[in-house]
Amino acid sequence: MNPADVESWIKAAEKAFLDATDLESLKTARLAHLGDKAPISLASRSLGTLAPEEKASSGKVIGEGKAAITAALQKATDKLESERDAKVLLEEVVDITLPVKRSHRGGLHPISIIKNEISDFFIEQGYAVEEGPELESGWLNFDALNIPPDHPARTMQDTFYIEPVESGMVLRTQTSPVQIRSMLEHEPPIYMICPGRTFRADELDATHSPVFHQVEGLVVDKGITMAHLKGTLDNFAQAMFGPDVTTRLRPSFFPFTEPSAEVDIFFNGRWIEWGGCGMVNPKVLTTCGIDTDVYSGFAFGMGLERTLMVRHNITDMHDIVEGDLRFTRQFGVGL
Amino acid sequence: MRAPLSWLKEFVDIPNSISADQISEALIRVGFEVEEIIQEGAGLTGPLKFAKVVTIEEITEFKKHIRYVGLDCGEKEIRYVICGATNFKVGDIIVAALPGAVLPGDFHITARDTYGKTSNGMICSARELGIGEDHSGIMVFAEGDVEIGSNAIVALEISDVIFDIAINPDRGYALSIRGIAREIAGSLALKFTDPVDALRGLQFTETGKGVAAKIADLETASVFYLRTISDFDPVAKVPIWMRRRIEKMGMRSISLVVDITNYVMLELGQPLHAFDKSKISGGLTIKRAGKAQKFITLDGQERNLDPDDLMVCDDKQPLALAGTMGGLYSEITATTTDIALEAVRFDPVCVARNSRRHKLSSEASRRLERSVDPSLAEFASARFVQLLTSHSSAKHVATVMDGQPKFTPVITLDPTYIPRLLGFDIPWSEIARNLQTIGCDVDEKTFQVSPPDWRSDLLTPSDLAEEVARMIGYEKIPSILPPRPKHASLTPTQKRRRAIANMLASRGLAEVQTFPFTNQETIDQMGFVGERAATYRIANPMSEENPLMRVHLIPGLVEVAARNISRGAKDFAIFEMGSIFRSAQKLIPAVSPDFLKRPDEKTIKQIYQSVPPQAFHVAGLLVGKAENEDWQGKARAYTWQDAIAFAEEILDLCNLKYSIKRSDFAPWHPGRCAELIVDGRAVAHAGEVHPRILANYGLPERSAAFAVGLSALPDSDLVKPTRVGTMPAAVQDVALIIDSNVSAKDVEAALRAGAGELLESISLFDRYDKLGDGKISLAFTLTFRAQDRTLTGAEVSEMRSAAVVSAQKATGATLRTA
Repeated sequence: MNPADVESWIKAAEKAFLDATDLESLKTARLAHLGDKAPISLASRSLGTLAPEEKASSGKVIGEGKAAITAALQKATDKLESERDAKVLLEEVVDITLPVKRSHRGGLHPISIIKNEISDFFIEQGYAVEEGPELESGWLNFDALNIPPDHPARTMQDTFYIEPVESGMVLRTQTSPVQIRSMLEHEPPIYMICPGRTFRADELDATHSPVFHQVEGLVVDKGITMAHLKGTLDNFAQAMFGPDVTTRLRPSFFPFTEPSAEVDIFFNGRWIEWGGCGMVNPKVLTTCGIDTDVYSGFAFGMGLERTLMVRHNITDMHDIVEGDLRFTRQFGVGL
Repeated sequence: MRAPLSWLKEFVDIPNSISADQISEALIRVGFEVEEIIQEGAGLTGPLKFAKVVTIEEITEFKKHIRYVGLDCGEKEIRYVICGATNFKVGDIIVAALPGAVLPGDFHITARDTYGKTSNGMICSARELGIGEDHSGIMVFAEGDVEIGSNAIVALEISDVIFDIAINPDRGYALSIRGIAREIAGSLALKFTDPVDALRGLQFTETGKGVAAKIADLETASVFYLRTISDFDPVAKVPIWMRRRIEKMGMRSISLVVDITNYVMLELGQPLHAFDKSKISGGLTIKRAGKAQKFITLDGQERNLDPDDLMVCDDKQPLALAGTMGGLYSEITATTTDIALEAVRFDPVCVARNSRRHKLSSEASRRLERSVDPSLAEFASARFVQLLTSHSSAKHVATVMDGQPKFTPVITLDPTYIPRLLGFDIPWSEIARNLQTIGCDVDEKTFQVSPPDWRSDLLTPSDLAEEVARMIGYEKIPSILPPRPKHASLTPTQKRRRAIANMLASRGLAEVQTFPFTNQETIDQMGFVGERAATYRIANPMSEENPLMRVHLIPGLVEVAARNISRGAKDFAIFEMGSIFRSAQKLIPAVSPDFLKRPDEKTIKQIYQSVPPQAFHVAGLLVGKAENEDWQGKARAYTWQDAIAFAEEILDLCNLKYSIKRSDFAPWHPGRCAELIVDGRAVAHAGEVHPRILANYGLPERSAAFAVGLSALPDSDLVKPTRVGTMPAAVQDVALIIDSNVSAKDVEAALRAGAGELLESISLFDRYDKLGDGKISLAFTLTFRAQDRTLTGAEVSEMRSAAVVSAQKATGATLRTA
C-alpha cells in the first residue's frame, strides 16, 4: 500500500467536504469518500489478501487515513449544522414575553409562614415544637396555671365556654396548656415552643380577632435564670425583626410567672409591646411535679398576628382573617 | 387609675426639675404602664378671675339668645361681657377670662365689639378651660365657695399633669394616690411621706352609742369599722379643691358625704360606704344573703340576690351588696343628718363573686377584689371623720369595730435565691435595701422579710424576687443564652403537614385560615348527617349566627370562595389545614384536682381523656379554571379529576399505599366522589362538589374539592428500596371489553394480580365508550422486567395471558380483538 495514495484520498475528501455547501451535498461527499465504494473502503477490504508483514503496516496507514477523513467529515458536519441552525431556528422565533399557560399563583397563609419561621429558629436551638388541642380542659388552661376560678386574671380574658359548662371545657385562651401538658409528660430538661390557635371573645376589628395565634416558649432546666430569658428574647427578637431591634422588659403581672414582664421592642423608631414573659411561678412547677429546689424555668408568649402586623406593617386584622387571595398571594411560601 | 401630679406631690417630694415624661418613665420601669399623660390647662395664661354676676341683660333680637352680663371682678368698675350660656343667675360666681388671657387652643381673649355691645372678657365653661368635657354651660360657683377677684387658675388647680396608669391585678394597693406616690418615690429615690402616718393615733371623742358592727363569718371579712356621726348639715358644700381632685380622677362630685368617701378611697385605696343612719334598723352585720330575694342597688336597678351573695344587712334586711354597691333604701340623701360609715376589709373572692354575679364592677369592687391593705379600715374611716367634721357641722358619736386585721406572714428568704433566679450577683445588703424601699421589714441577720400591710400579694420568695428585680431595674439583668439542649427536629407529623402545605402552595393553591365556627343550617345544607354532623356548642358564642364548632373544612372554604367571588375573583384554588370538632365523645364533668400538688397519674389520665379528640384535616377547593384564560383561547377548567389528583398526591407524599373506590359522601356529588383507603380505612375524599351546594353559594359549576384526614394517616414506614433493575423491559398492550359500570381500578387491580411479580408497571392508555350495548373498552400497557435476565417472548406472553385471565375472572372482561 502506497502511503501517498492514502494521503491523496485524504486530501480529496477534505476538499470535497469543504466544498459541500449544505448538509445534502455533504452527504453525497461522505458516500464518495467514506462509503462502501470509496477508495479507502476498498483498500481496507483488500487488506485480507496481503501478506502478514505487509498487512500490519498497510492496516495502520489505512486506519489512520480513515480516522483523518472521518474527522474532516465531522468538522464539516458541525459547521454546516451550525449554519443551518442559525438560519432555520431563527425562523422559529416566538415572543417569549407572551403570557404562558400556567396554574394559579398559590401560597401559604402568612401566619403559617411566620409559624414555620419561628419553629425553625427554635428547632435550630434544640427546642421541640409541641402542639395541643384547641378545645381544652379548663384545668389545664386555667387552674394549673395559677388562675383559680375567682382570680381577677380570669376576667382579663373573655373565654369561650363549651356546653355543658360543667364540663369545664373551653376554647383555649392561650397556648399555655401545652406547656402544662409538656411538664406533666416529660421530666426536665424541657426546651419547647408551642405555636397554635387561641380564642378570646373579642369582637373582630382592626387589631383584634376572636380567633388568633400565639407562640409560647418554655424552658425548665437546672440553673435557668432571668438572664437566660432575656438572652433568648433578644435572640428571638433579632430573628424576627432584624439585627437592629432592641428589647425592653417591663415589670408586669401574670399568674403563671413570677417575676413577670412585658416584652417591648424598639422597632421603626418606637416602643411596641410584643409579648409577655417571666420566670415560671414555682407554684406552677410544683403542680406539674417538678422539684423547685432543683429546677427553675422561664416562659414567654407572643401573638403571631401582632408579630406579623408589626413586622410587615399590616394595618388591618381583617386582611389576615378573611382569606382574600389578593392578600395571601403576596407572601408566596415565605422564601 | 388616674393620678394628678398636684396630688402626688403631697406625698412625695418631686422637684420641679423632674419632668412628667421622667415620672412616666420611672413608673414604667417599676411596672406601671402609663397609658396617657394628660396636660390640663396646657397653654392657659391669665388673667382668669372669679367674678360675681351683678346684672344680666337678655338680648333676644339676634338668631341666638345671648346675655350681656355685668361682672364684679373685684375691680373698681363693673365689667360687661357678652355670654351665650344661660345656666346662671344674678349672684352666682363664675370664672371670667379677662382681655390678655389665653385659653387652651391658643385662644386669645381681647376686648371686642359684638352684638352691638363691647365685651370686655369671656365667661368660661369647663371645656374652654381645658379641665373637662362639660360644655353644656359655664362653670357656676356659689358665694362663699371662692373669693371674688381671686386667681381662678390657682384656686381651681387648673394647670396640672394627670397620669393615666394601667394597674396590674396583683397590685391593688396602687389603685390609690398613696400607692402610686410610693412607687414614684421608690423608682426615683425621692422622699415619701405616708399619709397614713398622720392618721395613726387619731382619736375621736365618744359622745354616745354607735351602730353595732358584726362580721358573721370571718372568712368573708377580716375587719369591720363602723363610725357613727350625727348633726350633719346636708347643705354643707364640697370644698373646691376636693371637687377638683375628684373631677381630675374622672369621677363626678355628688355631695359632701359621698365625695369624702370617694376622696378617701382615691387617696388611700380603701372603699368606704356611708349609710343614712335613720334607715338602719338595729346594727349592721356582714353576712350572706341566705336566700334568693330582690334588692335595689343605688343605681336604681332591681337585682335578684343569690343566697351566696355577701351583704351588709341590718336586723331586718340587706342594705348593701358588700364591697360592690350600696342599696337605694339607705343611701345618703339631701336630708340625711346622721350617718353610719362602713370600712371593711372584705375577702377578695367574695367581692369578685358579688361583682361577677351581678355584672357590676364598681370603683369599690375593683379595689376590694384585688385585696386592700387590712390596716386601712381603721385609718381610712378615721380620715373620713377627720374630713367630714372639719368641713361641716358633723360630730363623731362612736366607733365600733369587729374582727381584726390579718397581715401577710413573714417570709424567710435564702439570700442566694434572688441572685440565682435573676442570673447576676446582688449583695444581700442591696436586696434588703430594695425590699425596705417597697415597705418590707427586713431582719438582715435572720433573712426574715415581713411584707408591708398593703402587700398581700407578697407571699413567696419569688414574689420578693420580682420586687427586687423591678426596684433594681429589669434593664440591669444581663442577656445570656441558656445552655444548648440536645438536638431537636420537627416530628414526622409536623414535617408531613409542612410538606403537604408547601406542595399545595406550589401547585397553585392559596392557603386560608377560617374561624372554626359554624351553625346547624350550614351543617344541614352540606348534607352532613349522623356522627359527621354532631358537634360541640359554644355556651357564649360571638354571635348566635355561628354557635357550633365546625365538623368539616369544606364549608369554610366554600364561604371564603364565595367572598372572593363577590370581590371579583373568578378562577382560583384554596386550601386550609386545621382541626375539626366532631362530638364523638360526650363531655364529662370537669376534673379539677388541687393546685400546688401534682395530680396522681390516674387523675392526669382522666383530664387528658376528658378532652375530646380533634381530628386534623387538610382540604382544598378548586374553583373555575385551572389555568389562566388568555390569548391562546379557552383554558382548562378544574374537574373532579384534579381534586382526586391532589388527594392522591398528598398520600403519595406521605409514601402511603392506597386504594380508591367510588363513594356517595357529603358534601360531594354522589356520582363523582372518590374515597381513598389506607389500611382498610377511608382517609380521604375527593371529587366534584355537590351541584346544589355550588348553586347555593354561587360557585362555578363543576368546582371540585378534596379533604384528607391527616391525623388518620398511619406513619410512613422506613423505606427499604428494591434494587433498580437494569435488564431490558418487555412491553405488552392489552385491550379489554367490560361493562361500563366496572371501575377501571378494579380491572387494573385484576390485571396486576394475574400478571405476577415481574410486572413492573401498568397504565391505562385508552378508554373507548362508543361500543354500545353498555360496554366500554379499556386498553392498558403492561411493562414486565426481571432483575437477572432478559425475558423471553414466551415468558412475556404467558404473563400477559395470566393477567387477562385474571381480569376475565374478576371483572368479566373479554379481550378486544382488532
